[in-house]
Amino acid sequence: MENRAFSDVSYKQFLNEDKLMGCKCKGCGALYLPPRPICIECYSSDMEWVEMKGKGKLAAFTAIYVGPPSMVAEGFNRKNPYCVGVVEFEEGVKIDARIEGLDTKNPETIKVGMPLTAKFLHRTEGENMKTFLAFEA
Amino acid sequence: MKRRRKLGRGVAVVGVGMTPFNVYKDKDSKDLFVEAFKEMLVSVDKGVDPKDIDALYLGNFTSDFFVHQGHWGPIISDILGLSPIPATRTEGACASSALAFREGVFAVASGFYDIVLVGGVEEMSKRTTEEVAEGLGLALAPYEMQVGFTFPAVFGALATAYFAKYGASREHLMNVTIKSHNNAPLNPRAQFKLTIADLMNQKRENAKKKGEPLPTWKDEKDFLRDPKANPPVAWPMNLYDCCPISDGASCALLVAEDIARDFTDDPLYVVGLGQGSGKGLHAAKDLTCFEATRNAAQEAYGMSGLKPEDIQFAEVHDCFSIAEIIHMEDLGFFKPGEAYKAVENGLTRLDGPIPINTSGGLKCKGHPVGATGVAQLEELWEQLRGKAGKRQIPNKNLRIGGAHNLGGTGGTCTFTILERR
Repeated sequence: MENRAFSDVSYKQFLNEDKLMGCKCKGCGALYLPPRPICIECYSSDMEWVEMKGKGKLAAFTAIYVGPPSMVAEGFNRKNPYCVGVVEFEEGVKIDARIEGLDTKNPETIKVGMPLTAKFLHRTEGENMKTFLAFEA
Repeated sequence: MKRRRKLGRGVAVVGVGMTPFNVYKDKDSKDLFVEAFKEMLVSVDKGVDPKDIDALYLGNFTSDFFVHQGHWGPIISDILGLSPIPATRTEGACASSALAFREGVFAVASGFYDIVLVGGVEEMSKRTTEEVAEGLGLALAPYEMQVGFTFPAVFGALATAYFAKYGASREHLMNVTIKSHNNAPLNPRAQFKLTIADLMNQKRENAKKKGEPLPTWKDEKDFLRDPKANPPVAWPMNLYDCCPISDGASCALLVAEDIARDFTDDPLYVVGLGQGSGKGLHAAKDLTCFEATRNAAQEAYGMSGLKPEDIQFAEVHDCFSIAEIIHMEDLGFFKPGEAYKAVENGLTRLDGPIPINTSGGLKCKGHPVGATGVAQLEELWEQLRGKAGKRQIPNKNLRIGGAHNLGGTGGTCTFTILERR
């Protein structure tokens, strides 16, 4: 796994393997999720993979009542809204993700700051597996 | 250490034009732009011969997706009778025509051209709402799109972060909506010309006609709290927190400062110009502001030597109610966490100390995305020259106005300051 490029393609491959992988700059220690090919702090390209522990807290969220066609196809609509948000990991970096197991019909009950744990949602698209990063309370 | 920004030579705006923003089933982008162009020609006090125009810069976001046309530049240039002058399309998502304006300013400031036409166009209403959402979604950051974010959802999420940090609530966002709807009936070019109170009366009348029970809203906020009247789109963004789907075009004529008086005795001068780029939500350090707007503001204030308190009024990119609040803080009109209180206290009303979105804003004037940036400058033109009619700002010494345009999830932001001398 050390030989994979620090790219979105590798990031998605790792998700398919139930691994949430970021990268760390060996030069200055900056942490990136998703991975970046160059460090935007010190411009080093000397990176190493770091597996995230998957624990974090909700930094921002929304319950979506009118979604794009892909989410409508999954059964989400005005009567069945879904939640997405930005989660801040214990390691300090943030990620966009789906949030599951919350009362999306009563979004005022969902609170910024609540603790969350990462999980992996697998979908099959043709012959390919696609994995969505999700979190649950 | 960054050098202070300055233009190679001064640039003035000597004419503007725009279509009313609306749904036009029988007009395409060419038709709309011609309409804006004709209005611009009339607006030039001493006239302009179109054959003297040196170049066209045209902002357009996603006609490729909406109407399968990815190359409006030369086509619009031809329909205006301007070919073979250079025509260049600019793309900055919902800030596309602000970028066209900037390119036009740079072209004149460099000395290469003297007279440049800039503008923007978008036709969105020929697609379904879901398709429009998908088309606009092309400007989301990749990770946002993958997990199912939409644009209302992005701004909904920012609102929850803002609420958590500063203690604001949906009730405060309603003040923005009510204010925008109060300005809109005064703007003949606005897509929605009803105040929230007008809308309530209209719905009561409709219920009476149909023999249905009359709604019992106490006041405007009570109406906005009612999920039947104001259904949720992406918490806490409901229908009346969101701008509509619109068609429209806008344009402006830019000339070198030294020839401006050949066109009008009352030109507006480009004194501040700024742009910035931002990161996606996950990479933003702070989810209650836009780094790109702050950079744009810093550039524009630096170039002009002006401070936020010198800006007498502004159009800001209120694609969603929370956006207006965040932009006013990023532009320095209010301290972080203070703008929602300022709106509540009426400071941004038409008769307040710093009127914001006197046009009705994107919320009510409409938001044909590629046309919005230059249309904001059209509002500055009317206000600064005292031609804004019923929505004219009462300040008799109006001299300096600002326009803020945003594209993507804060990916591209601009701030432009115009001065009347």
